Amino acid sequence: MTDYSTIDFSDLEALSADEVVTHSYVRDVPLKSGKTLALITLDNGRDHTRPSTLGPLGLLEYQKTLESLKARAAAGEIHAVAVTGKPYILAAGADLSRVGDIPSRDAAKKMAQLGHWAFGTMKQIGVPSFAFINGLALGGGVEVALAADYRTIDSSAAAVALPEVFLGIIPGWGGAYLLPNLIGIENALKVVIENPLKNNRTLKAKDAFELGIADAIFSPSNYLEDSLNWADGVLSGAVKVKRSNEPGKVERLVKWDAAVGIARKMLESRIGTVAKSPYRALDLLKAAKSGTAEEGFEREDEALADLIAGDQFRASIYAFDLVQKRAKRPAGAPDKALAKPVTKVGIIGAGLMASQFALLFVRRLQVPVVITDLDQSRVDKGLDYIRGEIATLLGKGRISQDESNRLNALVSGTTDKADFNDADWVIEAVFEELRVKQDVFAEIEKHVSETAVLATNTSSLSVEQIGAKLAHPERLVGFHFFNPVAVMPLIEVVNTPATDEATLSTAMVVAKNLKKNAVITRDTPGFVVNRILAKVLGEAMHAVDTGTPFEVMNRALDPFGLPMTPFELLELVGLKVGAHVLDTHHAAFPERFFESANLHALAEHGKIFDRDGKGKITGFDKKAVKIVSGGTTPMTEEEILRRVEDGLADEVHRMLEDDVVHAAEDIDLCLILGAGYPFQMGGLTPYLDRVGASQRAFGGTFHTPPIVGVD
Amino acid sequence: MAERSEVVFVDGVRTPFGRAGEKGMYWQTRADDLVVKAMTGLLERNPNVPKDRIDDVAIAATTQTGDQGLTLGRTTALLAGLPQSVPGFAIDRMCAGAMTSVTTLAGGIAFGAYDLVIAGGVEHMGRHPMGFDADPNPRFLAERLVSGEALNMGNTAERIHDRFPQLTKERSDRYALRSQQKVAAAYEAGKIQPDLVPVAVRSAAGWGLATRDEAPRPETTMEGLAGLRTPFRPHGRVTAGNSSGLNDGATVSLLASADTANELGLSVKMKLVSFAFAGVEPEIMGIGPVPSTEKALRKAGLSIDDIGLFELNEAFAVQVLSFLDHFGIDDDDARVNEYGGAIAIGHPLASSGVRLMIQLARQFEEHPEVRYGLTAMCVGLGQGGTVIWENPNWNKKAKKR
Repeated sequence: MTDYSTIDFSDLEALSADEVVTHSYVRDVPLKSGKTLALITLDNGRDHTRPSTLGPLGLLEYQKTLESLKARAAAGEIHAVAVTGKPYILAAGADLSRVGDIPSRDAAKKMAQLGHWAFGTMKQIGVPSFAFINGLALGGGVEVALAADYRTIDSSAAAVALPEVFLGIIPGWGGAYLLPNLIGIENALKVVIENPLKNNRTLKAKDAFELGIADAIFSPSNYLEDSLNWADGVLSGAVKVKRSNEPGKVERLVKWDAAVGIARKMLESRIGTVAKSPYRALDLLKAAKSGTAEEGFEREDEALADLIAGDQFRASIYAFDLVQKRAKRPAGAPDKALAKPVTKVGIIGAGLMASQFALLFVRRLQVPVVITDLDQSRVDKGLDYIRGEIATLLGKGRISQDESNRLNALVSGTTDKADFNDADWVIEAVFEELRVKQDVFAEIEKHVSETAVLATNTSSLSVEQIGAKLAHPERLVGFHFFNPVAVMPLIEVVNTPATDEATLSTAMVVAKNLKKNAVITRDTPGFVVNRILAKVLGEAMHAVDTGTPFEVMNRALDPFGLPMTPFELLELVGLKVGAHVLDTHHAAFPERFFESANLHALAEHGKIFDRDGKGKITGFDKKAVKIVSGGTTPMTEEEILRRVEDGLADEVHRMLEDDVVHAAEDIDLCLILGAGYPFQMGGLTPYLDRVGASQRAFGGTFHTPPIVGVD
Repeated sequence: MAERSEVVFVDGVRTPFGRAGEKGMYWQTRADDLVVKAMTGLLERNPNVPKDRIDDVAIAATTQTGDQGLTLGRTTALLAGLPQSVPGFAIDRMCAGAMTSVTTLAGGIAFGAYDLVIAGGVEHMGRHPMGFDADPNPRFLAERLVSGEALNMGNTAERIHDRFPQLTKERSDRYALRSQQKVAAAYEAGKIQPDLVPVAVRSAAGWGLATRDEAPRPETTMEGLAGLRTPFRPHGRVTAGNSSGLNDGATVSLLASADTANELGLSVKMKLVSFAFAGVEPEIMGIGPVPSTEKALRKAGLSIDDIGLFELNEAFAVQVLSFLDHFGIDDDDARVNEYGGAIAIGHPLASSGVRLMIQLARQFEEHPEVRYGLTAMCVGLGQGGTVIWENPNWNKKAKKR
């Protein structure tokens, strides 16, 4: 067994020069019974906007504190130990700000071991130990609590989660062993793997209690007092702790391996096998069925060392920072103070897209939203959809009756564009054809005020040209949503040479108020996301057009670990739309983007895959295969992968040279938020750097130094 | 027509009282949270109370701004998890705030408007020093309505020494010493602790738990008291030792109509007999309890000799002594402040009235031979308040002591 106390952690200390140290304060608390409980408070001395995190110095201090309490327990001075946090926060896990500085696998392993040493001391303290989960507990914060004998939780705790797998690592400070042994394998699979992969879902306090992560739950008005009283009851035996989810013999014999097996199959079909951390977590959870905690902890040490030192974790942290920080402070955004107030929204069109806009705008901005179309029946259909969705929200209890009344009263429809005269934001969602859009805006400009901002949701046309017939083209901006509008977090805000600062600022503020993340792009074909997707899809069609079998092409990009294959994506966006996207990009960049006559034929036919009754893919459609047959120069998977990687590196490089966005970070952010590109790729550019595509395409890298692992 | 009712004191609890200021245990604890802790504790130990039956919540504070603002009775009821249907309001009569919460709501019960109420008070003097941000009308001084000294409580205490030369500093110090000793003895005997609601407190050294009053100084000696500064006058008589201090704390009580208490099976710790408030010269506000007590006795049809137990707020030793002298009661009469008083425990202004009641209620249990007791206190700007209570445990045959 590893004797953690003999390990020299001084090199980790050296890495921690500017760590915001979470201190371990101790006060003795007199319990009603007359016993004394030593209460540790984890507190980094900052307010709640900087949650306590655990770095090497904080962990060493915590270990030392527990060591001294162990001595006091042996001397009979204290009868129990408990740990809690500063207001609203127990601990938000490991300090991730310095992971880029971890120089080696050896240092990574020591980070794992230091956590085990610190938390493990809690188990040896000699008196019952408690964790009072008074608020946010993430990752290591949960593991601090798992190391105690008993736990309570504040019913208002903002979130409890083990998000490690989301970030490319595993709960390696005891979580992967202790959690399944506390709450059962199926619950643990949900907390350790399923939730992190569901967009990093977290548990509410009540869920954590019901799963058995906490033994008792108390209201925030008296949380700490009630917890101390409860602890007193546990000490005296008056409170009996029951753990109904704790796995018994039967679960270990019968359920455990089967549950892990099912989870593995689900994972493989959902995310493929490229991402390492979910599978490493699965292995650890499987092994937690038997053996000692010490053995479990050693396995965690090795797994954590491998993953922290690997490429995927670095890329994931890079991606995490993008969505956490860069997405909230968009590059190049003008001063917010320039934004014009939006007190009424006009939407041109009443089709599905337009109706989705109306619903989003009215819910988030809570201002009047008026939709218009060519005739009353279309308008009515749009209104019916919107009111139906509001009724659904009401039915699900997501909004109150008052809120439903309010939203319904804010939405109206008209065929008279004069009703747009007091709208200060007008967005169109009409047919994707330049002349149509030009005419729509030219007409609407006659009705709206001088200062109203006009926005187009075009995905493929030039925003500048759409504004060609406007008297005031400076007020036009591109505002490109992704489908489904309510779910996808990205908006590409397209800044044309004519767009003025006030308009751009208004667009950015509107996007933020819609709770979307906006990235500013130049007015170039496909902006960011569609240009990358068109590149990939064009290559995929080119491969089959020239004789590569569907099956080969469909597997060729598996090493990316994308959420779906190119052909699945084509079917999802619609084959007609896909063909149109390829055409427009080929027209703009004929030497680099493929068009595909076959794709038009496939669109006519209507499908590529055969599917069963549940929509699950069973193979390729015979007719589709026939449509694309005839090519004579098939490629291998390796050839295709190399071609696509190099082509993407070249294209992204050109986009940056052309200043479509200012930095590679913005490309990655767009692809993560708009196309679901995975964290383990870092979006796209860290992946292209690490596979050598950047070097091959333009003799450099997007990131210096490249975002790669260490030995 | 609403039905007139008897009013009973069902139960009362309080937070431990802290020393005001940065070093005090509640420096990082909000005033409204102190009320919430006390209210939660009160309801937890009276589980028979259906929360939706509570008709009103009155919480007093002297300085009603910041964490003591925004209609404390309503805010704290919501924060303590009472149903939204329970209303609440805030009260101010300076030091007699909580006492006025009780008498105001008791009046409502007696009239038949309420069945069940929560009355209490709070003062976080660390966050809200007395008179802070107040803007006294200049007419008070310009027209000599009151002297400048009337606005400083220490000076009003010195004025009592002036008026009654027999009330010497030595008598005040001796009274103060006994207050400290009685509180220490009461703690030793476990008389105080049962009615304290522990409060989790945050400090630079992490979370702790307040389970005892912070202010008592059991080590006090006559020599020590004699050597203290007299901050209000050179060679004066009033010192930090023979006055109550600056404190933080909250109290709450549960009152009911006798019928409701009976219906719900609630404890009846005291029965309300009468109450009165009275005004005196603001310059000697400390004698306020004298006329208020005379008035309350008159309304009850009782004389001072009928009162078997006194809970007098010790704003200043001299002010209590002036009361005792007036009614011919010895400085060390056993009926007075058996568990000690504010000089040792502390006086978080608007919370103290209910503390007196909590202590009287516990003494009633221990003294079945006593039929009547009173709680009284002086109030800034020249007032006094008195509430007379009857002991439900009274037994004619119980042995006189």
